[in-house]
Amino acid sequence: MNWLYDFSILTQSIHESLSRNFVPGTVVLIEMILAGVAFMILFALLGLVLVYAERKVSAFFQQRLGPMRVGKWGTAQTLADVIKLLMKEPLMNKNADKFLFNLAPYIIMISAFMAMAALPFAKGLQALDFDVGLLYISAVSSLGVIGILLAGWSSDNKYSLIGALRSGAQIISYELSVGLSLLTIVVLTGSLQLSVIVESQADGWWIFRGHIPAVIAFIIFLIASTAETNRGPFDLAEAESELTAGFHTEYSGMKFAFFFLAEFANMFIVSALGATVFLGGWMPFHIGGWEAFNNIMDYIPPIVWFFGKVSFMIFMMMWFRWTFPRLRIDQLLTLEWKYLLPVNLMNILVMAFLVLMGWHF
Amino acid sequence: MEEIIHDQELESKEYFINMGPQHPSTHGVLRLVLSLDGEIIRKVEPHLGYIHRSIEKMCEHDSYQQIVHLTDRMDYLSCHINNEAVCLAVEQALEVEVPDRVKVIRTIIDELTRLSSHQLWWGVMGMDLGAITSFLYGFRDREMITDIFEETCGARLTMNYNIPGGLFFDIHPNFQKRTKDFITYFKKKLPEYDALLSDNVIFKQRMNGIGKLSKEDAISYGVTGPTGRASGFSCDVRKHHSYMAYDRVEFKEILDTEGDCFARYKCRIAEMWESMHIIEQLIDNIPEGDYKVPTKAVIKLPKGEWYQKVETARGEFGVYIISEGQRSPYRLKFRSPGFSNLSALDHMARGCKIADLVAIMSTLDLVIPDIDR
Amino acid sequence: MDNEEIKKFILDHVAEADCVEGTQFLQVTIPSEKILPLAAELKSNETTSFDFLFCLTAVDWPDHMEVVYHLKSTTHNHQLVLKAKISTRENPEIETVCHIWRTAELHEREAYDLFGIKFLNHPDLRRLLLTDDWEGWPMRKDYDDPINMIAY
Repeated sequence: MNWLYDFSILTQSIHESLSRNFVPGTVVLIEMILAGVAFMILFALLGLVLVYAERKVSAFFQQRLGPMRVGKWGTAQTLADVIKLLMKEPLMNKNADKFLFNLAPYIIMISAFMAMAALPFAKGLQALDFDVGLLYISAVSSLGVIGILLAGWSSDNKYSLIGALRSGAQIISYELSVGLSLLTIVVLTGSLQLSVIVESQADGWWIFRGHIPAVIAFIIFLIASTAETNRGPFDLAEAESELTAGFHTEYSGMKFAFFFLAEFANMFIVSALGATVFLGGWMPFHIGGWEAFNNIMDYIPPIVWFFGKVSFMIFMMMWFRWTFPRLRIDQLLTLEWKYLLPVNLMNILVMAFLVLMGWHF
Repeated sequence: MEEIIHDQELESKEYFINMGPQHPSTHGVLRLVLSLDGEIIRKVEPHLGYIHRSIEKMCEHDSYQQIVHLTDRMDYLSCHINNEAVCLAVEQALEVEVPDRVKVIRTIIDELTRLSSHQLWWGVMGMDLGAITSFLYGFRDREMITDIFEETCGARLTMNYNIPGGLFFDIHPNFQKRTKDFITYFKKKLPEYDALLSDNVIFKQRMNGIGKLSKEDAISYGVTGPTGRASGFSCDVRKHHSYMAYDRVEFKEILDTEGDCFARYKCRIAEMWESMHIIEQLIDNIPEGDYKVPTKAVIKLPKGEWYQKVETARGEFGVYIISEGQRSPYRLKFRSPGFSNLSALDHMARGCKIADLVAIMSTLDLVIPDIDR
Repeated sequence: MDNEEIKKFILDHVAEADCVEGTQFLQVTIPSEKILPLAAELKSNETTSFDFLFCLTAVDWPDHMEVVYHLKSTTHNHQLVLKAKISTRENPEIETVCHIWRTAELHEREAYDLFGIKFLNHPDLRRLLLTDDWEGWPMRKDYDDPINMIAY
């Protein structure tokens, strides 16, 4: 069971057994395929679990039971939904731009996949460990907006177009806040490499060690990342009471499911990013100097820590969504440009000053 | 800033959007054609008639007992009050004085109807602004009133309890107990409504100063009910032209001066408290007696005309009967509150954003069958 | 102002007005040509100030048309039923009052839609409830619709 605490043991053994049997080029190819399949499975599982979780959480907030019919406590509900979506007729407007219309859901999915590749899930379990990992994730995850814009533009529906343009304005604005709030922690770690960021939190998570600026950065990150995933009070791009369904009004069947899946995947990605940067990623809860306590914490496998933290973040985002009313587009942009951005910039300065003076723990 | 834009003459064209007849926030089959400049609304043009059933024409062929059953198909959320309006008009024409018991029961039922309508409005209002949870809360509490009604008259939506001359049946033995239970329950729950929406920063920002309607405009557009009262137009029929047992209970007419969405919201919440207050005063004092006065099988009103107005959850509902002495009216006109309230929509929504239009429509509390008739 | 004074006020302006004391309201019938000046006067004059038009409807009588205005003053709390008699049923026309009471705009459109009464100078007189290509005026007594018959 050692591999559960350090996945590099597992990956090493796979690598060695493959190297014994194949030439190096083939080994790389097989490993890439293995990783790809693993991500696909993870993606599908995430979709299944998160959709179910969302429905159950919303049911909890709304004092009802949620899905209860398919499987025990409705656990197979998402599976049934997938089958329903697969069997649906793919419809398209007569005047829609066919190529772009079909392309849009894939762009969104691809951007989610690409971002997921760089996430550190547990010790030694990370497909790509760039030295600019953080930058890479924030770069590719914002590619998804192109998919949304294309979907809105090609649908030949004014509601879709309005939704897409709203989404464009929103994501471009909030990208700034996400980036800047992450930068606040990068000032502390001195590295953009995700594995280094995680290792640097071995003595305590940055949200506890980084004084108030880290807490402020975390709150801003929560708000901005919710906005970036088009969720919660910031779901203006979909805004079902205003724009029927926004950019995906005209989509049906599996293409709609892709948008749906991508939303949950994006939610997972930003939550994982937040967990990694602020809450120590897979690093157990450590307090510097308390050896016995740290050893007990180490007993819980890193992957459990990681998914526990991500679940916490995701639960927060769901909590927002089922509590708050939606903002208006001008209020949304005011919030970003007049409040979050200046606060964020000041926050980075304060943090830099703290680091310069060596005042952090 | 505006001057700069003017100087460069950014070219922007108005475009149209068809909001409805199938749209999540038009609450039925209302169709609005919006002229938009970006997200800003230049003009709202309502297109009606998608659920027009020509109830007024049907009434010209129906007996007065039958007409009562058509009125709850108009404003299905204040069905008891609508029915009562016709009954009152007929009773007035026949010069029938209904027993005290009927008066008190009708008043209680009216206020319960108003409560349930406002609960639904509150839920839907939250949903329109994107807070879906409020919808479930509103319906959860409304269910209790619907249960009381089901026990009383057997129906849950298009309810018929009033007939010319009194009531169909006497109240159910459980009625008083269940109503009192509901009031105790809802007094605890109504502050939760405030906690969820009224105190929310986002919600206040969405509502404050949006969709302003001045008192003069409210009167000129004939906007009544909580919508009119939020603009300072004192138009509560229960106060001004008291009917049934309203003259013997103590209640406040909720008035506000702001005239924006938040004022309308506050008005309705305050009205829920007042309704509970009215029910509390009456529920223990239902006098003994008959629940109806016998009327002839075929009611023939004398020659003449009568106008009866009542206060529904949406505003002033009027029934105008012209009789030629036949078993059916010569002409019957329903003055529905939603119809007049809708006419002010264009005035209120100009210059707002699409999201504001949804908020304005929500606070107008439109029921489309009531508008189309 | 009580009913007697209103009656006197109206008779001062429209001499041929026919005033009947109904069970509820004072009912005044005037010829349709006189409606616009009288309506404007009733609204603007401070002693009457009928500022709230709470109902506007039309009635199809066997030999004439009638537009009925239910008026109320929010300051003085008096009410009045004003009836404008249009002598012809063939091509009834009357001046609009929608710039006096704005609620009249939709109500007049409805009356036009169902009774075919033409409101002159109305800003947007189109069918309201029925489709644009509907033929006939359904609320008229002589309207015949053999397809959608109302069973009686």
